[in-house]
Amino acid sequence: MSLEASIQLTLGPLDLEMELTIEEGEVVALLGPNGAGKTTLLRAMAGLVPFTSGHVRLDGKVLEDTATNQYVPTEQRPIGFVFQDYLLFPHLSVLDNVAFGLRSRRMPRAAAAAKALDWLDRVGLKSSARAKPSELSGGQRQRVALVRALAPDPRLLLLDEPLAALDVTTRAEVRRDLKRHLTSFQGIRLVVTHDPLEAVALADRLIVMEKGRLVQTGAPADVTERPRSQYVADLVGVNLLKGEADHGSVRMPGGPVVAAAGAETGEVFAVIHPRAVAIHKTRPEGSPRNVWPGRASHIELLGNRVRVRIDGDVPLVAEVTPAALKELDLVEGGEVWLSFKATDVGVYAA
Amino acid sequence: MRVRVALLVVVVSLAACGGGAAATSPSSTSLSGYINVFAAASLTASFNALGIAFHKANPGVGVNFNFAGTPTLVTQIEQGAPVDVFASADTTNMDKLTADGFTSGSSRVFARNQLEIVVAPGNPKGIAGLADLAKPGVIYITEGPTVPAGKYSLQALASAGVKVTPKSLETSVSAVISKIELGEADAGIVYTTDIQAAGSKVQGVPIPAADNVIATYPIVAVKGTKNQDIDDAFIAYVLSATGQSTLATFGFLSAS
Amino acid sequence: MRRERVPIVVIVPAAIGAAFFILPLLGLIVRSPWRDAVAALTAPETLEALKLSLVASLSATAVGLVLGVPLAWIYARVEFPGRDLLRALTTLPMVLPPVVGGIALLLAFGRRGLFGSWLDSTFGITLPFTTAGVVMAETFVAMPFLILTVEAGLRSMDRRYEEAARALGASRWRVFTRVTLPLIGPSLFAGAVLCWARALGEFGATITFAGNFPGVTQTMPLAVYLLLETNQEASFILSLVLLLISLVVLVGLRHRWLIA
Repeated sequence: MSLEASIQLTLGPLDLEMELTIEEGEVVALLGPNGAGKTTLLRAMAGLVPFTSGHVRLDGKVLEDTATNQYVPTEQRPIGFVFQDYLLFPHLSVLDNVAFGLRSRRMPRAAAAAKALDWLDRVGLKSSARAKPSELSGGQRQRVALVRALAPDPRLLLLDEPLAALDVTTRAEVRRDLKRHLTSFQGIRLVVTHDPLEAVALADRLIVMEKGRLVQTGAPADVTERPRSQYVADLVGVNLLKGEADHGSVRMPGGPVVAAAGAETGEVFAVIHPRAVAIHKTRPEGSPRNVWPGRASHIELLGNRVRVRIDGDVPLVAEVTPAALKELDLVEGGEVWLSFKATDVGVYAA
Repeated sequence: MRVRVALLVVVVSLAACGGGAAATSPSSTSLSGYINVFAAASLTASFNALGIAFHKANPGVGVNFNFAGTPTLVTQIEQGAPVDVFASADTTNMDKLTADGFTSGSSRVFARNQLEIVVAPGNPKGIAGLADLAKPGVIYITEGPTVPAGKYSLQALASAGVKVTPKSLETSVSAVISKIELGEADAGIVYTTDIQAAGSKVQGVPIPAADNVIATYPIVAVKGTKNQDIDDAFIAYVLSATGQSTLATFGFLSAS
Repeated sequence: MRRERVPIVVIVPAAIGAAFFILPLLGLIVRSPWRDAVAALTAPETLEALKLSLVASLSATAVGLVLGVPLAWIYARVEFPGRDLLRALTTLPMVLPPVVGGIALLLAFGRRGLFGSWLDSTFGITLPFTTAGVVMAETFVAMPFLILTVEAGLRSMDRRYEEAARALGASRWRVFTRVTLPLIGPSLFAGAVLCWARALGEFGATITFAGNFPGVTQTMPLAVYLLLETNQEASFILSLVLLLISLVVLVGLRHRWLIA
């Protein structure tokens, strides 16, 4: 039981080419910046966006295949789709919304109402059955959208940024509930999100997409510890370098050689946590083998930490305390020296 | 000095009275201006011809015509339409206009007309007389009962003892002729003059004199006209031998 | 709420514009002979014309809905070559003089018309001079209003609701009836009302195509026109009735016809 898809399509400026396989039992999060094509990919699997070539197979059955010209219309696919704006039918009550999928599949009115009510009960919204969607709060509407998609027992559950429309406090609470529901759902689950927190909280596996292409896939811990793109590195908040490893050092394109314990051979990524980067006013003496000049291009105060972006041959973000900042008498545009230990460089194959 | 000023004032005001002031003599060459003539629909062809001839005889004068069903014209006149002369298709409408105080001077009968059945060329439905109008499969239309021709057609049918319900009550003889020409209706009752004016587009079936109705057409100047003398000249022309013979060529019966 | 002063350059033309519409209504109210109003309104010819008008205009609206909604749907959703031309053709009656519309109908559906002659020779059916002809004439002039309004509603609705319905397993027909139609409800209603009001007031095409006979083809507007010649004051009263019906309709619509 699985979802297997290979899709190439063009939609406006987006040029998408993706392959993915999702096994039953794993919750997969599709992560990426805006414009990466995550929602488009989701919609393509639902049959809402035509693609140039490729196929989608669910549980071995072909949903779409350009090679053999097969296409199963959206309404005949055993899917459940939770839209970013929920799209609850404004003219129907909450109960009728949830029962909609059941009635569309010819379930008699009474049975559909009963099942819908049961689902609403599971998310604590039984008392709102008669209300119209506009009368509910954002969090309540999200739950209705979820059970509306779940009620017809779909095989594939697609969620497009399910928490994006909520404010921060509601989001945390709803995220916990969502995790619970996703866990108890029997079919295949694919969540689209741009929020790494959400991705890590909900998913067993991450697929990172950028500009319509696959960039990285793996368990959340793997992905965050070993980012393979600037996007993920930025999400996680670490520095990412790429270069050619040569027994203890990494040669970056453009010349600079970074001392990295653990660098063997081949093309590698090098990860340095901002906290491991020290800033100096003058060229430091002593142990760190990685010393580089640079200019502080951006200083950002984040509560009890300060992040300093330093441009130079080896551009990095350093994290220091506010006290250190004052002591260094650092201003934007000021000349600085940065240093970090070779042992603080994490290296892994590219 | 004062006398000269007074004379000047008199002369200027006479001149300012308008073109009519200079034309007190009936001499046709000194008439100028234009008049609006409202005439019954059945007078369309004949009055257009009379208008052209009248203008030829009086180059300084223009005649504008408005042709419509007689009751429509009466309504327009009574609602204040600018009009100088009215030619009606019956005396009833003329009497109404007179009683309502819209006429100037007394009306004169200038022509008479009689009814005829109008059918499509070739008479495809084989209408031979009034009785055939009631034949099944014949679409018969006529004018509304307030239009003179409509009123007369009811009289003719009553006289012949024919009971037939028209499919439509049109607002003028022209409308009836149009629908026969278009082929939408099979038969209608209009005036002999209408059938003649329509030429080869329609065909006529005579109605025997016993059942036929003679329509009397009076003409009058309308109260409030600013061109009484042109009106009088035009009416005189219509009543003159030339005018009468023109009307006769269009199929009208003489005024007396 | 602080009221901002309306500039004079706006007030004066607006007042003139308002007077332009209010004065005729006042004229009718003042000149109508209220004593004879009841008699005029309950006269058999009047009631006959009123009944015929209501039946014909409602029928025209029904036909307008059945034929117009699919057309509106095609214009709003389907791209095909010649669509703009087709839309212009089906909207033409809005700008065409009604009598011209009547003539066009005769040439197509009259006894010698393109389609009418076939009807006559095959089934012996003629449309002019029948109530069906009245309905046709009214539909011809009134349906464009419905099409335009419904098309606007379809274009402005959020089509993602239809996607949501499809993702829930609804067939295309079910999406249309359970989601699309309810969502464009206001436009549908406004379009139907405009269509009905226009059909009710139609004169030129009716008298040209269908003719004029009490009880069969003499609708209220025709009756008023003819009454003008025979019983002017009765015609004032009937005009007032028609005007008031239209007023009620428009006030009832308010700004519904502006928003989907």
